[in-house]
Amino acid sequence: MTTVLARAGIWLGVLFLAIIGAALAVDKAFAFHMAIIGAAAFVGLWVSISRVDYAAVARGILHAPADPGKYDDDPVRWGVIATVFWGMAGFLAGLYIALELAFPVLNLNLEWTTFGRLRPLHTSAVVFAFGGNALIATSFYVVQRTCRARLAFPGLARFVFWGYQLFIVLAATGYLLGITQSKEYAEPEWYVDWWLTIVWLAYLAVFVGTLVKRSEPHIYVANWFYLGFIITVAMLHVVNNMDVPVSFFGSKSYPLWSGVQGALVQWWYGHNAVGFFLTAGFLAMMYYFVPKQAERPIYSYRLSIIHFWALIFLYIWAGPHHLLYTALPDWAQTLGMVFSIVLWMPSWGGMINGLMTLNGAWDKVRTDPIIRMMVMALAFYGMSTFEGPMMSIKSVNSLSHYTDWTIGHVHSGALGWNGMITFASVYYLVPRLWQRQRLYSLRWVNWHFWLATIGIVFYAASMWVAGITQGLMWREYGPDGYLVNSFAETVAALHLMFLLRALGGGLYLAGAVIMTVNVWLTIRGKQRDEAPMRDTAFDPAKDRPLPAAAQSAPAAGVAVPAE
Amino acid sequence: MSLHSTYDALRHFADSWGLVTMGIVFLAFAAWPFRPGARARNEAAALTIFESDDNA
Repeated sequence: MTTVLARAGIWLGVLFLAIIGAALAVDKAFAFHMAIIGAAAFVGLWVSISRVDYAAVARGILHAPADPGKYDDDPVRWGVIATVFWGMAGFLAGLYIALELAFPVLNLNLEWTTFGRLRPLHTSAVVFAFGGNALIATSFYVVQRTCRARLAFPGLARFVFWGYQLFIVLAATGYLLGITQSKEYAEPEWYVDWWLTIVWLAYLAVFVGTLVKRSEPHIYVANWFYLGFIITVAMLHVVNNMDVPVSFFGSKSYPLWSGVQGALVQWWYGHNAVGFFLTAGFLAMMYYFVPKQAERPIYSYRLSIIHFWALIFLYIWAGPHHLLYTALPDWAQTLGMVFSIVLWMPSWGGMINGLMTLNGAWDKVRTDPIIRMMVMALAFYGMSTFEGPMMSIKSVNSLSHYTDWTIGHVHSGALGWNGMITFASVYYLVPRLWQRQRLYSLRWVNWHFWLATIGIVFYAASMWVAGITQGLMWREYGPDGYLVNSFAETVAALHLMFLLRALGGGLYLAGAVIMTVNVWLTIRGKQRDEAPMRDTAFDPAKDRPLPAAAQSAPAAGVAVPAE
Repeated sequence: MSLHSTYDALRHFADSWGLVTMGIVFLAFAAWPFRPGARARNEAAALTIFESDDNA
């Protein structure tokens, strides 16, 4: 009873603070956000004082198995559903803004739906909502299995999940309302940053707590990558968001770092968001789910450890390659470029380690579409970690920077590597988490694979052409010494490429829709009646000894007399 | 110390002792799984994920 009272008291306190915040708000957007926080606190208050067992209701809605099992999988199940949901939202937003670039009328002449506000919504939805939920869900799954221990602090684990969803909602609505710090991947304002810091420290506590209570002596390498990701993201987030709010009742803040220092800190953050959020965290998924799905241990455990330390030691220095030919000191630019090129080696070491795990079982690429997705993910990991170092070479960067080539590069990494490895992990997890014999349809996974792959090819190829076209047009001088093309002319030249990009995004989204239906029906416990993928051709007519004619023995069917 | 001399001192530390220390620490971490007798441990670690049932 006392815990119920204490919890209700906390929720009530938050609710009052949110109401005060909304009442004293300096700007409308801040008031709107306080209203969202107040609504969340009201729901929390309602859940804590009413006597309904909401956890059981949720398990009913989600068709979760009645037997909770050895491991604490409820937050993992929620996380998988959130991954699929936010993935759909993020991909749809991406397709919409791709079409906005081709057809500006789709801006609708409303401030909330302009490209400038929807773009961060798209990037945050796919990176932090889709990718972040996938990372939280898989890390909770993997750390329990590899440590053979239940999650430490189960209440805190649930707080991490719901707190993270609140962060996503505040960030997403903030972009539409025009609240932004104008920093790539770090757009949310100070109060949302503070909230994420709290949630992230809780995440760290749950993860480390589970590692501490493990019953397996060795900490499996996937957990190293998860831990590296969690700790580094905490550090990056705090340092890059050292901001002073103008008012505690307003959404505006100013950063502590200014000028070129601010730019360096931002790209130190920005590139390591790629390096630790989108690489180390997803490599953790690779190091667990690829061996599990292939039913073979990782090709070289030693190589995985070198991969880990090399990524940790190198990635952190690569950020300045985002600031080539700027006011940043020349030595820092060169440092960023050199470390980016050195990074190519551990990245390919990791790719080879993942691919060679299939050594001796390559037939699975043909028979298992989930393995096929993992192989494609690793291939794109290799491709984008080759393209990235190449683009960070100063002379290449002078052509590629600020063009659509960068967008193509990001998407071959994001759609190819992050997307594919996440889809494969979701397909691995759903039947296990809901204790189903198999997915609703393995052949649909195959459809998803091909739609996504062809979509990425359209996306990356059109952006290469667009980027190089743009780069060359921008630098073209006439004999009079003046630039030949105006900016608007370069945009008009890219219209066809923008259409092809949208086509690629549409195909990728179509594949994700198939996944959503597949996951939904698997959770409902349905199975599609289909021919299995792993079938070996069987012809009963041929399943007998060689025909009599081919043998020198007497005709078939005639008994050979005993001698 | 003035702002410039702080920058200067840190910058020289970074490309001398800082770099050497980081290099040695990195090489030690990378060499650690190759120490004598570690092969069996690494192979066992790679197999731990297959040891028991997922939900048992």
